[in-house]
Amino acid sequence: MKKELIELRVNGRAHELAIESSALLLDVLRQDMCLTGSKRGCDDSSCGACTVLVDGVAMMSCTLLAASCEGQDITTIEGVSEHGSLAAIQKAYGDWGGAQCGYCTPGFVMTVKSLLAENPDPSEDDLRAALSSNLCRCTGYNQMYEAIRAAIAAEKQGMAAAK
Amino acid sequence: MSDFSIIGKPTAMIDAAGKTTGAGKYTDDLSLPGMLVGKILHSFYPHARIKRIDTSRAEKLDGVVAVVVGKDAPNPYGILPVGHDEHALALDKVRYVGDNVACVVAVSEAVAEKALELIDVDYEVLPAYFDPEEAMKAKTDLIHDNKPNNLEKDYHHVFGDPDKGFSDADHIAEARFIANEVTHAAMEPHSTLASFELDPHTGNMGRLTVWSSTQVPYYLQHKLSLVLEMPMSQIRVIKPLVGGGFGGKSEVIPLEIIAAVAARKAQAPVKITYTREEVFWAHRGRPRTIIDLKTGVMNDGRITSVKARVVQDGGAYCSYGVVTILYSGALLGALYDIPNIQYDGYRVLTNKPACGAMRGHGTVNVRFAFESQLDELAAEIGMDPAEIRQRNLLQPPCITVNGLRVRSYGLPECIEKTVARSEWKQRKGKLPKGRGLGIACSHYVSGAANSIIRSDMPHSTVNIKIDRDGGVVVYTGASEIGQGSDTMTAQIAAEVLGCSLSRVRVIAADTDLTPIDIGSYSSRVTFMAGNATLRAAEEVKKQIAAAAARKLNCADEGLIFKNDLVVRKNGHVGTAAPGRPAEQSSAPSVSGRVEGQILRGSLQQKRKDEGPKDSMTFEEAVVAALDFHGALTGTGSYAPPPEARGGKHKGAGVGPSPAYSYSAQVAEVSVDEETGEVTVHKVWAAHDCGRALNPVSVEGQIIGSVWMGMGQALTEEMVWKDGMLMNPGLLEYRSPSSIESPAVEAIIVESIDPEGPFGAKECSEGSLAATIPAIANAIYDAVGVRLHECPFTPERVLAALRAKKSAKVLNLTEGVDPTAPERFREHGGALCFKGKGPERHALDSARNEGPASARGAD
Repeated sequence: MKKELIELRVNGRAHELAIESSALLLDVLRQDMCLTGSKRGCDDSSCGACTVLVDGVAMMSCTLLAASCEGQDITTIEGVSEHGSLAAIQKAYGDWGGAQCGYCTPGFVMTVKSLLAENPDPSEDDLRAALSSNLCRCTGYNQMYEAIRAAIAAEKQGMAAAK
Repeated sequence: MSDFSIIGKPTAMIDAAGKTTGAGKYTDDLSLPGMLVGKILHSFYPHARIKRIDTSRAEKLDGVVAVVVGKDAPNPYGILPVGHDEHALALDKVRYVGDNVACVVAVSEAVAEKALELIDVDYEVLPAYFDPEEAMKAKTDLIHDNKPNNLEKDYHHVFGDPDKGFSDADHIAEARFIANEVTHAAMEPHSTLASFELDPHTGNMGRLTVWSSTQVPYYLQHKLSLVLEMPMSQIRVIKPLVGGGFGGKSEVIPLEIIAAVAARKAQAPVKITYTREEVFWAHRGRPRTIIDLKTGVMNDGRITSVKARVVQDGGAYCSYGVVTILYSGALLGALYDIPNIQYDGYRVLTNKPACGAMRGHGTVNVRFAFESQLDELAAEIGMDPAEIRQRNLLQPPCITVNGLRVRSYGLPECIEKTVARSEWKQRKGKLPKGRGLGIACSHYVSGAANSIIRSDMPHSTVNIKIDRDGGVVVYTGASEIGQGSDTMTAQIAAEVLGCSLSRVRVIAADTDLTPIDIGSYSSRVTFMAGNATLRAAEEVKKQIAAAAARKLNCADEGLIFKNDLVVRKNGHVGTAAPGRPAEQSSAPSVSGRVEGQILRGSLQQKRKDEGPKDSMTFEEAVVAALDFHGALTGTGSYAPPPEARGGKHKGAGVGPSPAYSYSAQVAEVSVDEETGEVTVHKVWAAHDCGRALNPVSVEGQIIGSVWMGMGQALTEEMVWKDGMLMNPGLLEYRSPSSIESPAVEAIIVESIDPEGPFGAKECSEGSLAATIPAIANAIYDAVGVRLHECPFTPERVLAALRAKKSAKVLNLTEGVDPTAPERFREHGGALCFKGKGPERHALDSARNEGPASARGAD
């Protein structure tokens, strides 16, 4: 198949890429751009390990055509760390056991980011509902809730300090 | 006893940042210049002879570099020495839908996939066996020619006098339980990257490096050496981050061998990553198990006798099967005091993907049956289900009737705590209709006391090196697979050396760099690699102490290593500098880096100026030790003690462990009597892990085990139709999402094992087995039906409810005619079964072997 030249904005930077029009966003991120933080756990958007933000919306990049994302802002897990340090959610996932093997973690972090952007103070039910788009086989999800609550608290403290 | 600085404190895993930022590399994230992609052609027949493979059309396709077939690597292998029945690619026969036939190496995945369609294979289809009890009757068309009756292995154990036990019993329960097949479904699909380098002396292909998602890098190195006919020293296996194992990566998976063979034939680096469907075919999960169980109890609740006949549907290859069927029997012991046990175990071959080791290896399904039956008996004699368990406790230290040595035993405390936290006594039997509580217990080994390779070699060895920078590097072969083994290693080293955790760097699971460790399985790492780390660190500490003692003018033993300081133990220090350790430890890295670079002369001058010291920093002590010894390294290894290695009967090798973990759980469920849907609201899980080295990890392991047990109890099941897997996807397999997952209250019980590192033992598997029966017993409490087959899907629950109301029984799984698979859901049955009667094959040696022959294979 003939390749086409497209421009993708990933983590705030524009990249010009020659890709097949059938190329999936996940493959382009992982293979063409070496952004291997987004993972492939299935091939059919069952597991959510490939979740990225497209214009702030959590999307599964394993079933998304890369070419369809032209002109949109893509954020991957590599774009989450702020100013050279762990974002609150990343730190909390480590501290509270939200990540064990870590393979699903990038997808969960992206899902949580998109949830918190919409709903900064989610209830337990909101959390369960939002996280159900992603699968984890290690944690049983319990420690993720603790991590997310800790991250929300840390963000609030940070905000309070900044004021 | 809580005088520890590092262990016992919730600690983020040392590799957590790599996982949360996406910077950590798993095998599929790696690439090499010139790397090619491998794709495997799988069989679509469950049992067939390969008459001819023609790869010429595929080879001619542009972009295809090589096509690999069975004869490129014909040596057999298998994880067990008794089970070398696999080949990298099929030689003459395929034995399950998904068996490996050929591998295309090409420049891209798309080209490789196209080429797979161009490979012509002529099959002669053979009769296939899908049901173990049918497969056992077979006389012809055996799955493996050397396995009569398709029987991989059977064991027949009698301990004590089971018949007398039953005649002493006041109540006897007898039933058939079925636990259907489940799989690990680790989030990371298996992946292997293999690359040869050219040898400068011969000019030919020389050393092989393999990066692979494995729990057992050293076993992989060994099997690669067998198949490729290369010395192990020419093979380097590196384990990058692994995205979960649960046993599914605890043996050599076909793609690992195929990738290496393909790299050799293609003369280029080759990476193969399974699709999710291929992961389901690679399988090695928990076999469908049929358990005929009989238990006798006295009126006072004491168990008098247990008889179990266990048939496991093992799939097409041996895998860990011989060990699995032995664990199923052996782990009837060591939880409760059972005086008489009879066990008949059959591991049967069928034309389905091979089953192997999965979290709670061998014990889970039998534990489901046993704990359910015990609940039934408690109801029969009118005893509280928690109490009947308390009536049957062991009195450790002891050796069970089947030869298992038990020392630390936290089960009584586990039951007590889980009963208290769940308010069992206040709430049991008083919940509204449709809601119930159930209790069950379980246990698991902290590593096998006898390794599967028959060798006297230590099971774990650890090296430690410290340089002038005061950085501690620990080299361990133990495989971090997400359970936290690297963090555990770092914690133990830091605790012994009295230094901060940030000083410790762990280099793990690289066969060129790290000393041998048999791998991450059977929950052995904390106990065995932990003990090896402890010993290595103590050896280094001794060397540092000798040098530091000279500097501080005291005896070696008179030193305390703590908070990055080496302090003299006498009263003087305690009074003169009470604030000092805290003050120092608040900025150890700053002072450390500067001090570490002070030259010897100036250090001596400094000391002269300051006068005699009561303490020195860790770096100063290290520098002194390096000046004194020249190098600062230590080695520690661990081999289980002989007295923990079990009895002498055939198969006694499996089951013994240096220590057992214990778990007691209460589950609260509700059952919708209209739909049959079961909801688990909460599980209280108390687990005796000896000592919690890292409480946050221990809790994570307990919760994860309970959760996985809940998956097997309610939704997870591999559904087969004529040898075809009907649900090879994560949604279809129904791995529970956050919506279906209950709150789990993990309760840590610390029994401080006398042999564990700081008293620690297993925490990653033991809790799984109790969850299934706890839920089953809670369902009984809620709606009064006993479910004998898991998972407890709505149709099974409804069928049981209907049977109870003596309405028309809807039984969808029992009594299915295997030769006429017209039902929508069926587990097996022989397609072309011809034999009759269950009598044994004349060549079957299992019956004739005396009990005195060598201990088991394992």
